[in-house]
Amino acid sequence: MPIPSDIYEEKKISSSKGKWKNGLVIFLFIAPALFIYLLYVVYPIIATFEYSFHTWTTAGEKMFVGLENYANLFADPVFWTSLKNNIWVVLTSVFIQIPLGLIMALLLVSPIKGIRFFNSVYFLPFLVSTVATGMLWVFMFDPLNGIMSQIVSIFGIENIFWLSAPETAMLSILFVVVWQGAPFYMILLRSAIVGIPEELYEAAKIDGASSWQNFKHITLPLLMPTIVTSSILAIVGSLKAFDLFFVMTEGGPNGATEIMGTFMFKQVFMNYNTGYASAIAFVMFFIALTVTIVIQSINSSKRRKEML
Amino acid sequence: MVMKKVGLYILAIVFLIYAAYPIVYLISTSLKSQPAFFESPFSLFTHFTLDNYVAVIQQGLLVNFLNSIIVSVISVFVVMLIASLASYPLSRMKFKLNRAVFLLFIVGMMLPVHATLIPIFRFSNSIGIYDSLVAIIGPYIAFALPISIFILTQFMSEIPKSLEESAMMDGANKLKIFFHIILPMTRPALMTVFIYNFIHIWNEFIFALVLISNNENMTLPLGLRNFFGEYSTNVPAVMAAISLASIPMLLAYIFTQEKVTKGLTDGAVKG
Repeated sequence: MPIPSDIYEEKKISSSKGKWKNGLVIFLFIAPALFIYLLYVVYPIIATFEYSFHTWTTAGEKMFVGLENYANLFADPVFWTSLKNNIWVVLTSVFIQIPLGLIMALLLVSPIKGIRFFNSVYFLPFLVSTVATGMLWVFMFDPLNGIMSQIVSIFGIENIFWLSAPETAMLSILFVVVWQGAPFYMILLRSAIVGIPEELYEAAKIDGASSWQNFKHITLPLLMPTIVTSSILAIVGSLKAFDLFFVMTEGGPNGATEIMGTFMFKQVFMNYNTGYASAIAFVMFFIALTVTIVIQSINSSKRRKEML
Repeated sequence: MVMKKVGLYILAIVFLIYAAYPIVYLISTSLKSQPAFFESPFSLFTHFTLDNYVAVIQQGLLVNFLNSIIVSVISVFVVMLIASLASYPLSRMKFKLNRAVFLLFIVGMMLPVHATLIPIFRFSNSIGIYDSLVAIIGPYIAFALPISIFILTQFMSEIPKSLEESAMMDGANKLKIFFHIILPMTRPALMTVFIYNFIHIWNEFIFALVLISNNENMTLPLGLRNFFGEYSTNVPAVMAAISLASIPMLLAYIFTQEKVTKGLTDGAVKG
């Protein structure tokens, strides 16, 4: 989600400054949104930061402990496992979900009949809520009565305990992440492909270009901005992952599918480690912020280069 | 050429099965009795009983359904109103503070909700709204604001100034101009905001999980998970619950397909 700094630059010129002199009027327009936003987003983040330097005694007393929560966190192997798993989600999203979405999008603009039908059906997984999706796939991955075991048994593979074996649990959930998310990138990419001017392909046709050449030299380069946007969405979205993991495994077996979201949640609402959980939450916030700043600076330096 | 076409159809059908099979299996299983399921777990549409649906409704999932409707409708309409109110001056003025406020809102798009969970939980407890629909409506509105303000400011900044100026001549004040000129013209963007937020709020899970404890106050995703926890051995019944929870969204999509696609695409690309 690139923040367009240019919206403002462009509009400055035609500003109607004089008519907004009344500061109170402006304030009244912005106030309701700002109030709720400060109350439910800004204040809680600051409070989380403050909590992360404290611990609560069993009597409910708040005690300052300095950086202890952070020191414990960085020494906690579960934290590193969950960070690693979050990175797996990011990589899966960018390198499997998006390419799969692209293939589906290309199919939907190819010369086959029934495009509308294919389009609707391909999109269905995205419409099922994440909680429902997680539950559905728990059954699909059932070792006894699940279709996934049925499928691999064709190849002579038996007794796979998909979600309850540490070796397969993460892969199984990532499979569902792809199943659910790919259609979203499909519609983003399809609308970008439809926007490519037909003339470009006609010119290429005269030059005798093959469809692969067309794809490589016309479609793909023109899709790059959408692919970049999709990747940013995928990265930011992956950092927020929670629902599927919580519903399917709650981070188990034995922490194999722990991600930062489930780790933080369990620390506060199951182990009542408010201070420690706040430290995890703040690290999550910090990572999201860093990623945002990095993406933003890449974006703006690219824009500057284009202007030169 | 023919070979290539055949290849395309094969690929298209492979994806069709990949996307649709789980959903077909879901609906088919929800129509089986429990013994029928254990007898033939993979047979599709061999049994047709609505008993599971009756059982699910008797377990109170309709209450969760109703809660989801109340929460989604209220949150989305409040967001549409206050986000467009805020977007109007944000799209029109140029002073520095304005840009800072805009950025403050926009940064919210990136934030993991986890960074706000504990304080919101404590705050909701201390003011006595914990375990009520009011408790989740607040965060839903707050977290929908960034994307909404982003889409709306962008759209409003393209509405020509001349329209407002002539109304100003007739003595209309800002509020009048907002409701009579700006808001009607912003309708396409409001549609995007509506669809994008409705889908997200309808499916929201973690705030509901943290802020609600009684079944009668749960929204659908939470009620669904609760049902799953209690009846996980009764596969067809859980499948019926999942179907019941998913069918409205699937139906809504079938009837408003283009709008949903556009709403999501605009929401994502512009955001």
